[in-house]
Amino acid sequence: MAAPLAELEVTTAPPPPRARRSYTPYLLLLPGLAWLVVFFVVPMVALASQSLQTGDPESGYVQTWHFQTYLDALSQFWPQFVRSIVFAGAATFLTLLLAYPLAYFMAQKAGRWKNFLLVLVIAPFFTSFLIRTLAWQIILTDNGPVAGLARTTHFSDLLQWLQLTSNDSLMNSRFAVIAGLTYNFLPFMILPLYASLERLDHRLVEAAGDLYATPIKTFWRVTWPLSLPGVVGGTLLTFIPAAGDFINSRLLGNTQTVMIGQVIDSEFLRIQDYSTAAALSFMLMLVIVVIVAFYVRRAGTEELV
Amino acid sequence: MRWLRSHLVAIAALAVLAYLLLPNLVVIVFSLNKPRGTYNYKWEQFSTDAWTNPCGTPGICDAVGLSLRIGLIATLVATILGTMVAFAIGRHRFWGRASTNLLIFLPMATPEVVMGSSLLTLFIAMGIAPGTIPILIAHILFCLSFVVVTVKARIASLDPRLEQAAADLFANPFQTFVRVTLPLVAPGIAAGALLAFSLSFDDYIITNFNASPSSITFPMYVWGAAQRGTPVQINVIGTVMFLTALILVAGGQLISNRRARQTV
Repeated sequence: MAAPLAELEVTTAPPPPRARRSYTPYLLLLPGLAWLVVFFVVPMVALASQSLQTGDPESGYVQTWHFQTYLDALSQFWPQFVRSIVFAGAATFLTLLLAYPLAYFMAQKAGRWKNFLLVLVIAPFFTSFLIRTLAWQIILTDNGPVAGLARTTHFSDLLQWLQLTSNDSLMNSRFAVIAGLTYNFLPFMILPLYASLERLDHRLVEAAGDLYATPIKTFWRVTWPLSLPGVVGGTLLTFIPAAGDFINSRLLGNTQTVMIGQVIDSEFLRIQDYSTAAALSFMLMLVIVVIVAFYVRRAGTEELV
Repeated sequence: MRWLRSHLVAIAALAVLAYLLLPNLVVIVFSLNKPRGTYNYKWEQFSTDAWTNPCGTPGICDAVGLSLRIGLIATLVATILGTMVAFAIGRHRFWGRASTNLLIFLPMATPEVVMGSSLLTLFIAMGIAPGTIPILIAHILFCLSFVVVTVKARIASLDPRLEQAAADLFANPFQTFVRVTLPLVAPGIAAGALLAFSLSFDDYIITNFNASPSSITFPMYVWGAAQRGTPVQINVIGTVMFLTALILVAGGQLISNRRARQTV
């Protein structure tokens, strides 16, 4: 890998990271990129094409450029679409709210406990996502301690007032779905936040204090702006999978909490209306790309990965 | 009150950590339950039945075995391909570098339903029947980008002077790579492989789009069980996974700590 200096000087490209005119990078890239092109790009094209075909699984499909499928799908399923974006947005906001103090504590205050805490944050991530979501059914069950606590503290009244639950029960409600999404994607928010907060030079915070900034002002003027790359990375890693998720809405919700992922899944695998399913899938991808592009531009961070 | 204010961040952090770990605790506790009905939702009495007979429910160990095999093969292929791509991006300038980065990033920014359904569309159009091979193809695909990103980050953090020193000491490029670069990048490759395995072992949504009744992975088994009744064995396997991960991650931390102490 180490290029002799003589070769370095031949190339005209700017040096970082290392310049050498050879076939090596192309050979290294070939198998991986071929995999991505054949099994990611080509399927996307197949999906777009499928959404504009008419027919049925038995007699086959014909490419008819039938754009009406999109309008029909949208007029039938727009509530699920909007709900997915709203639920994913709410869950992303809540994960940020919860992850920030933990990431900050781990990065700046934990000292020698830092690695231990990091292990505790990563370990649940390695346990099956479905099993942990099923555990929430046990936790939020009607006669359980959590439901009892919610009733005595009138938290369940607050949830009903917010229309997140429809009765005293916490399970099978909007609340349960959003809580499940928040829980499931929390590590995806904690880790990028931790990475950017760990790089934060604590002397900057001390300097702000020396200059008579209040702790709140210090946070908003120093800590928060410096942690923005982590915030942007974490919110994207949470929002994107949450918008397409249907495991939480299926296991913790009811018929009023159906998200778009669940619709796509059943249109494909149960109803076998491939064109509608493909149209919905393609629209979900487009909506997410638009939201992400807009958000990244607003946040002003181009460097993502 | 003063104490509370100065420890506010610590208290909030620990509360969030508790929220993060509570379901795992419930999984462990309910692995020692003896439910009356088919659903393991309500605590009845202490029992180690499921632990002494982890394969006691039909199909569960076959599902775990299939998930392990798929996970290992997908991890191996994705790690090799991903590491190669990471070296190309991290160590070379080439035509199409920006679009390569975009191509790596896009699968991570694609919701699982979209990726699963698009692969299904392709397989239907090509007349490929669902089953283990389509599942493997899909798993390698979504693991690949994560391996690339993890290994690339490690390569970027390397000190290039170490390789220059090797070259100055008359190591040829191959020797430099095997004796200097690869050992330095190894922790990144290990982390990428671990991430790939956990993603593969845990995936339900994409797998479900490409599976047949004869290729039931562990997450699919759990999903099916959630509709029919949840055997306690599910919790046993969940607990074993959690503890294995804890030991692996903690062990890795320990090794890297010791290494760091030796080199300093």
